[in-house]
Amino acid sequence: MSEIALKDIIKPENLVYQKTRLMTDKELSYCPGCGHGTTHRLIMEVIEEMGKEHETVGVAPVGCSVLAYEFMNIDMQEAAHGRAPALATAIKRLWPDNIVFTYQGDGDLAAIGTAETIHACNRGEKFVIVFINNGIYGMTGGQMAPTTLEGMKTSTSPYGRDPELMGHPLKITELVAQLPGTYYVTRQSVETPSAVRKAKRAIKKAFQNQLNNAPGLSFVEVVSNCNSGWKMTPVDANNWMEENMFPFYPIGDIKVDGQLVK
Amino acid sequence: MGEIKLMKGNEALAEAIIRAGTDGYFGYPITPQSEVLEYLMASKPWETTGMVVLQAESEVASINMLYGGGGSGKKVVTSSSSPGISLMQEGLSYIAGAEIPILIVNVVRGGPGLGDIQPAQSDYFQSTKGGGHGDYRLIVLAPSSVQEMADFVPVAYDLAFKYRNPAMILSDGAIGQMMEKVEFFEPVPRLSDKEVKARYSWATNGKLKNGERRILTSLDLDPQKLEDHNHHLQEKYREIEEKEVRYEELQCDDAEYVLVAYGTSARVSLKAVKLLRDKGIKVGLLRPITLWPFPTKTIQNMVEQGVKGFLSVEMSAGQMVEDVRLAVNGKVKVEHFGRLGGVIHSPEEVVEALEQKIIGE
Repeated sequence: MSEIALKDIIKPENLVYQKTRLMTDKELSYCPGCGHGTTHRLIMEVIEEMGKEHETVGVAPVGCSVLAYEFMNIDMQEAAHGRAPALATAIKRLWPDNIVFTYQGDGDLAAIGTAETIHACNRGEKFVIVFINNGIYGMTGGQMAPTTLEGMKTSTSPYGRDPELMGHPLKITELVAQLPGTYYVTRQSVETPSAVRKAKRAIKKAFQNQLNNAPGLSFVEVVSNCNSGWKMTPVDANNWMEENMFPFYPIGDIKVDGQLVK
Repeated sequence: MGEIKLMKGNEALAEAIIRAGTDGYFGYPITPQSEVLEYLMASKPWETTGMVVLQAESEVASINMLYGGGGSGKKVVTSSSSPGISLMQEGLSYIAGAEIPILIVNVVRGGPGLGDIQPAQSDYFQSTKGGGHGDYRLIVLAPSSVQEMADFVPVAYDLAFKYRNPAMILSDGAIGQMMEKVEFFEPVPRLSDKEVKARYSWATNGKLKNGERRILTSLDLDPQKLEDHNHHLQEKYREIEEKEVRYEELQCDDAEYVLVAYGTSARVSLKAVKLLRDKGIKVGLLRPITLWPFPTKTIQNMVEQGVKGFLSVEMSAGQMVEDVRLAVNGKVKVEHFGRLGGVIHSPEEVVEALEQKIIGE
C-alpha cells in the first residue's frame, strides 16, 4: 500500500474550508490568541459572501488594528484616533449604494472618539460599526481603557481601576442602543467555535441591514481578550474574559430591528 | 454676463460652493461665518444638484468627514472661523499626509483663544506654515472682495485636485460679513460616480474589477518609507511654489516703496496708496493672492528694480512680514504695521506707519 501524499488530499472535491480571498496574505500583526484576526476574517467573509467587495469601503482606527487595511483586501481609509465614524458618515452619504464600515477599538470608539460615535449613531448613519472591546490599550502597551473593569490592573492603573479616582467602565454599547438612530446593537465574542459562528451571524445581520437600507446604524461589539496586555496566556485570558468581562459586558443582542430586546 | 447679485461674502461663498459642483459640505456653526451653512440649508441643493449638506457635531468631525468624502474622490468643503479651524488642525495634518484634495474656508476672527468675532488676520502662520504636526503645506488663497469669495472656490478646487492637496480660502470677518455686488460664474455640474472613478484612480470607493485596491493612510511605520513619502510631498510643494504663485500689483511700476497686504488689509492699503500718491510719494501695493505659495520672487525682483522699503500691512502682530523679510533677505528695510484683536487699521494709520517706519529714518 502506497502512502497518501499531501497532493492526494488537496483537491477541490475535498475542500471544506478556505481562507476568504478578502484577507490578504500579509502575516497578521496581532498577538497569538487575540480576537482581532478572527473578527477581521468574519467581516471579510461576510463581504465576500454578499458579493460586495467592489462596493465596500472600510475605515481603520488607531490602536492595535491601525493596520487593518493591510489585512482586509478591500478599499480602505486610515482615520485619525477616534474619527472613523466621521469619515464613514461622509463616505456613506456621498456613495449611498456602497457598503461602509468602521472597525474600532475601545480607546478609539469609547474614549477619544466618543463624540463621533454617539453622533453617528444618533444621526442614524447607515453604516456598520464593529467595535472590539478588550478593556485595555493594547498597542501603546497596556494602559487603562474606558472599558477597563473596576479593579483591573493596567500600566496606568497599576493597583487596579479605582472608580473614585479613575471613573467607571463605560458601557458604550448599552448607551448607543438607547439612541433612536441605531437599528441593530449586539455584543458578541470570538473565543470559541460556537461564539465565532454566532458573531459571524451578527456581523452578517449588521451588513445585511445596510444592504437593505435599514433606517439606522448597526453596531456590533466584540468582547475580546488582550492576553499580552492582561499578561496571561491566551487560554487564561479567555477564561478570565468569560469569568470577568462577560458578567459586566453580557453577550447577546441588545437592540434588533430598532427595538430594544427584553 | 453672469448673474449679478448683492450679497454677503459668506453667502457668495455658499452660492459658489453649490455652483462649483460640490458633492458635500460638512460644517459647524461659528461666528462670523455661520451664514455659509445657513445659506446652504436654506438653498436645499440636495434637491437640485444632489449635493450633501450636513451639520456636524463639531469642527473635529467636519474635517474628518472631509477626509472620508475627499478620500472617496468627491468634491468636499467645510468652512469655519479661527477657533474652529484650530480644532481642525489634526484632521488637516492627516489629510495632507494622505494627500486628499479638500477645500477649507477660514473666515478669520480675533484671537488668541476665544478672542472676539471681529475681523483679523492673525491665522497667517497657522494657514501657511502647516498648522498641525509634521512637514506639510496647504495651498492658501486670500480673497479681498465678495467677488473673490465666489471666484476662488472653483480655483481652489482645481488646485486641490491637481496636486491632491488640501486647499484653504483664508478670508476674514470683514470680507465674510460685508455686502458687495458679485457676478457668478456659470454652474459646473457635479461629476457622476462613474466620472469620479475614471478620473481619480487613488480614490477609495470600492476596489476595481481587476482586484486592485486603494488605501488612504498617513501612516508608515518604516522610517525609510516615511522619509521617502516626505520627500515626495516636498517635491510636490516645490512644484506648487514654482507654478502656482498668484498676486496682484497695483501701481508698483514706478514705486519706491511697496505695501504688502492681503484681504481686508489690501483694501485699506489701496486707499493708503492713493493718499500717499497724493502727497507725491511713489508707493505701490503688492497683494499676494496665494499666501502659500508666497510671491517671494516678485518681491526679490522689486528689490532688484530699486524698491527702497516694504511695509507689511496685516491685522496681526506681524506674521506675513516674516515671509517678506525672507524674500528681501536684509537688502532693504522691511517693517510691519497692523492693528490687533479684531481692530481694522485706517488708511491714515497706514500712511503714517509707512512714513515713520520706512521713509522717515
